[in-house]
Amino acid sequence: MMNNQKPTWKQTLKGWLYVLPMLIIVAIFSLYPIVSSLAMSFYTQYNFFTNQVMALGFDNFKYLWEDPLFHSAVANTLIFVVGVVPLEIVISLTVAVLLNQIKVLAGFFRTIYFLPFVTSIVAISMVWKWIYNKDAGLLNYFLSFVGIHPIDWLNDPTWALPALIILAIWKSLGFNIMLFLVALNNVDKRLYSAATLDGANAWERFLHVTVPMISPMTFLIAVNAVIGSFKVFDEIFSLFGGQAGPGNAAMTVVFYLYRMFYEQNKYGIAAAAGVVLFFMILIVTLLQTWFSKKHVHY
Amino acid sequence: MRKTISKTIVYLLLVVGALTMLLPFFWMVSTSFKTGFEALQTPPTWLPKKLQITNWISAWKAAPFATYLLNSVVVSFVTTIGQIITAIMAAFAFAKMNFFGKKTLFTILLATMMVPGEMLIIPNFVTLSQMHLVNTYGALIIPWLASFFAVFTLRQSFASVPDQLYYAAKLDGASDWKFLWQILVPNAKSSITAIGLLQIIGSWNSFMWPLIVTNTDKMRTLPVGLQAFSSDSGVNYPELMAASTFVILPMVILYLFLNKYVVAGISGGGIKG
Repeated sequence: MMNNQKPTWKQTLKGWLYVLPMLIIVAIFSLYPIVSSLAMSFYTQYNFFTNQVMALGFDNFKYLWEDPLFHSAVANTLIFVVGVVPLEIVISLTVAVLLNQIKVLAGFFRTIYFLPFVTSIVAISMVWKWIYNKDAGLLNYFLSFVGIHPIDWLNDPTWALPALIILAIWKSLGFNIMLFLVALNNVDKRLYSAATLDGANAWERFLHVTVPMISPMTFLIAVNAVIGSFKVFDEIFSLFGGQAGPGNAAMTVVFYLYRMFYEQNKYGIAAAAGVVLFFMILIVTLLQTWFSKKHVHY
Repeated sequence: MRKTISKTIVYLLLVVGALTMLLPFFWMVSTSFKTGFEALQTPPTWLPKKLQITNWISAWKAAPFATYLLNSVVVSFVTTIGQIITAIMAAFAFAKMNFFGKKTLFTILLATMMVPGEMLIIPNFVTLSQMHLVNTYGALIIPWLASFFAVFTLRQSFASVPDQLYYAAKLDGASDWKFLWQILVPNAKSSITAIGLLQIIGSWNSFMWPLIVTNTDKMRTLPVGLQAFSSDSGVNYPELMAASTFVILPMVILYLFLNKYVVAGISGGGIKG
């Protein structure tokens, strides 16, 4: 095998040449900014026009530590993650299991469930904004059938996050259903026959065959969903017209980063918020990995 | 008998779910044909009383949607083509070639995928302002001409092509370049299509980056333009729904035609939100 030989200089040159176009872009726009934003989070006085750093220190992190707005950004982000991810997983797994039972029209249903994934989050948020409208919105109209008085979804701070969570779940279902279907397809059918012979009913088969067999995919989906939810921004921006919800009720870490960076030009603080986001994601991903070691069956 | 009942329940649940998925789309299109007065009626009417396209025309004229559309088309196609070319070359090197530093480089690049893209926005904005590229196609396109995610996905599909094919081609005197484009690429056609489609969809719908690097109507892409339109137009929902339909429709059509590739792309290890 050629791959086990020691590479020659000629091969090395060639290899790097093939990698080079990708590497230039990735180096400038991914590798450098990782280092640079880490550094920037310690810039306390910075002129971005000249890229001049006048002072360094921990002040940006201190600012975040003391800023009540950042506290609510972190809290809201966590609420959003907890509100979205478990429901997203349960609903998409349920739909995937149902889809897996049928043959006729399975492709048709799959296409429909996946549709939100290909649509612009901004455009569909406009539609949801209309659905959430207090006086003429569709949702309040449906709720009126069960005697619920009109809710001011987007202007009442209590309801801003729930409205956002409903939209996020609706949008992400299709992608996860697709992945669960792949996993369900790969489960060995003989395991089900064996379980049936042992007298297991449908629910027991699901619990003792399906759930453990698809656990690696569930883990993958959970990690991906958590990371995605931590970064929520677009839907907030469009749902609340460029604001972070009524009275900042839907302020999240990425929205905070955007506001500090783009609206207030506090680059150092924004970069520090980015670093905090990175570590939040890292810690949660590590926790999930640790948890999966005990509960995922590979 | 029990089987029929349970099948019926399965279909019933799936239909209810499908209607929930479709309802926002239906409501968008239905509202876009209504008069402002009809849209605000309670109880709402499911279908417009009279099909009238005035909202579509007035929305299209109220903001430079033709420019937004052109920008979206240019940006998503150029970034996708660029990303595919750079990924094909790099994936070939990582899958079939042998060179010093390959493993280290691969590991470093893999680690960068862990970092949230939102963290990179600030330094990238600074870099592009120093290159005087803010509010140009350059800012919208250049950072997205390569993605390690595409390289990573494609490498797997290149690696599945047997090495013997590579050595045989070499023995026949074919250069690496020729082997790559005449044998490897045609072999991996469906995964390249899948990666390309996912990239077009992602690029078409991307919002935060174009929002940050554009500041005039001339450079805005559709989602950013739609957002600006919604804050300018206030609450004319029928017009807003017509404009939302412009933005959504092209990708829905693309998806409906090529959905088997999109599905393959997602299922074939293509996972990244």
